[in-house]
Amino acid sequence: MPNSGKTYLGVPVSRPRAAFFDFSSCEGCQLQILNNEATLLDFLSLVQVVNFREAMTEESDEYDIAFVEGSITRPDEVERLKAIRSRAKVLVALGSCACFGGVNQLKNRFRDLLWVNKTVYGDAAVETDFVRRLADVVAVDLMIYGCPVRKEEVEKVVTNVVIGKEISYPKYPVCMECKAGENICLFDLGEACLGPVTRAGCGAWCPGNRAGCWGCRGPADDANIEQMKRLMRERGIPEETILDRLECFGGFREVSETFRLEMTKGKP
Amino acid sequence: MKVNCSVNVPRLSRVEGHGAIRIKIKDGRVEHASWEVVETPRFFEAILSGKRWENAPVIAGRICGICSISHTLASIRAVENAFSMTPTEQTRNLRLLLKHMETLQSHVLHLYFLAAPDFLGAGSVFPLIESAPEVVARAARLKLLANDLCDCVGGRRLHPTRTVVGGFTMLPDRKELSLFSKRLVAATADLMQTAELFTTFGIPDFARETEFVSLKGDGAYPFLGGSLISSDGVEKQEHEYAGMTNEFTVSRSTSKWARLSRESYAVGALARLNNNFGCLHPSAGEIASLFRLRPVCHNPYMNNIAQLVECVHVANESARIIDTLLDTRWDEPKQEVTPRAGRGVAAVEAPRGILYHCYEFDETGHIVKADCVIPTGQNHANIQLDLEYLAARYASEGMTDRDISLLAQMLVRSYDPCISCSVH
Repeated sequence: MPNSGKTYLGVPVSRPRAAFFDFSSCEGCQLQILNNEATLLDFLSLVQVVNFREAMTEESDEYDIAFVEGSITRPDEVERLKAIRSRAKVLVALGSCACFGGVNQLKNRFRDLLWVNKTVYGDAAVETDFVRRLADVVAVDLMIYGCPVRKEEVEKVVTNVVIGKEISYPKYPVCMECKAGENICLFDLGEACLGPVTRAGCGAWCPGNRAGCWGCRGPADDANIEQMKRLMRERGIPEETILDRLECFGGFREVSETFRLEMTKGKP
Repeated sequence: MKVNCSVNVPRLSRVEGHGAIRIKIKDGRVEHASWEVVETPRFFEAILSGKRWENAPVIAGRICGICSISHTLASIRAVENAFSMTPTEQTRNLRLLLKHMETLQSHVLHLYFLAAPDFLGAGSVFPLIESAPEVVARAARLKLLANDLCDCVGGRRLHPTRTVVGGFTMLPDRKELSLFSKRLVAATADLMQTAELFTTFGIPDFARETEFVSLKGDGAYPFLGGSLISSDGVEKQEHEYAGMTNEFTVSRSTSKWARLSRESYAVGALARLNNNFGCLHPSAGEIASLFRLRPVCHNPYMNNIAQLVECVHVANESARIIDTLLDTRWDEPKQEVTPRAGRGVAAVEAPRGILYHCYEFDETGHIVKADCVIPTGQNHANIQLDLEYLAARYASEGMTDRDISLLAQMLVRSYDPCISCSVH
């Protein structure tokens, strides 16, 4: 890794070359990096940004860390992602689209891409495939969860990569962080919430704003889905709402696909 | 006269999404000048089909990372219009405040991070951190203010959490909100300095007559709902939006294009300003005169200046809205929602131009059909015609390929395109 004379607390730091890439997505997770007004400059002293099309014209094929946002929906994206993988020492999936397919994977529930295509483009169909997450195509080293990602978490992951510290994710669910934040429980307000089963690390971002969790970070370790369903049913939350939440971002795909089949008897 | 020119920009940088510019002039004739959109579609209209109303803002807000607040608010308004709901004045004020701060955040991002490097001879904002630290610090201050206020009102700067059909899940902290009045006043100085910086930039002297479409201001500069207007004299109601956009598919683009009275039209800050100049806050009007910007301006590069003028407008208006909110006793954050069958249309002025969401619901509140018409999608045809005109004119003036390429890239950037959003 090149050392360009930058120091941290007086100690010279290796600044890895970081590259940002986007596939099918809203590019919001990359924007979160630029939304780091208070710490953006510190962040930029930690890494050397060599590719960031949304923000810069210069580009390079030489990089250490590739941050990849978005899901994979077309053959040319598969080729581009493989090329990025072959060049990057570390490949980081940035956000729910990259980690799980994100809201984009909701189109997979129709199982009929011709219908999907016709609905939007009429007879002028365009090339598209079922939505895949990055890990379905290449090996992914690290995940940064969330829709959107939290900028603090991006910084933490980058710092850990730079100093060679192992990356660990919370094993407990959002509910823990929500309780610690002394928020009103969304269940007490009659709202649906996936807080009991979703991986923590967001600081209970949505429940803290009195909006139920939609599970954008995927399941916590040992998430007890059946118990969560029972809790929601006891509170009169409709089955359809539970399904809407579970399938929204793709993190609970295995559970939600079965649940949808049971509920709709195969109808989309 | 220069008779040949070849420009190829396969991945235009400093814009949201993936687009390419290709120009070929041979023996004085434009053989090819194109604006190609190669972004992958995500099929949001299909994704929304069959989903219950409460999913719409959560899903549709994800169409765009930069203007997620506009998409969320358009989605909510479309649902509320379909269910014949009228938001309370408190909700309307809070939504407008949130909308204004998205406009400020997005315009500052575009002006400083995406557009300014061209005028300062840099490839990005990053080298400016060392060469012009005060400029970057000012941009960061303005963006931070806008983003912090979005957090305060919407719960989150990107993909807001508190905005729901019927109002808000919770209201901002009054004390926290009151502190923003001071910060907004302080921002005036930063915006004046931004204007001074932009007066030193050589805005290309280029114009091509076109039609401008936006919301029509009814006393106030318009952002959320109302009637639709074009500078060629077309006026329609919000629910008649399809007659304003006339979307069609083109083979070189995964985004649909739009047209009205001519082959193309433009939306965005310049269109809003051209159609609603008299509704601008007086301080914003002063900035417009500083740049001799008055309607109808047909120079697309002046969209940058129109954005700057709007920054001043929204900063002043936001201070006023905060005062109004702090002067009143607050009601419940949210109204009850009763779904019903029907069609709802919302027209919202996103930072990049007028945005429409239209949903049809069955009696159980499930979406039967969804349609979203994106600002940049409406600008594509206009960008294409501008590029053809630009290539022919500058080539005949003997400009080098390198300079034509730069001006073509700056032209597209002036529209502040949101390409993945336009494809959605």
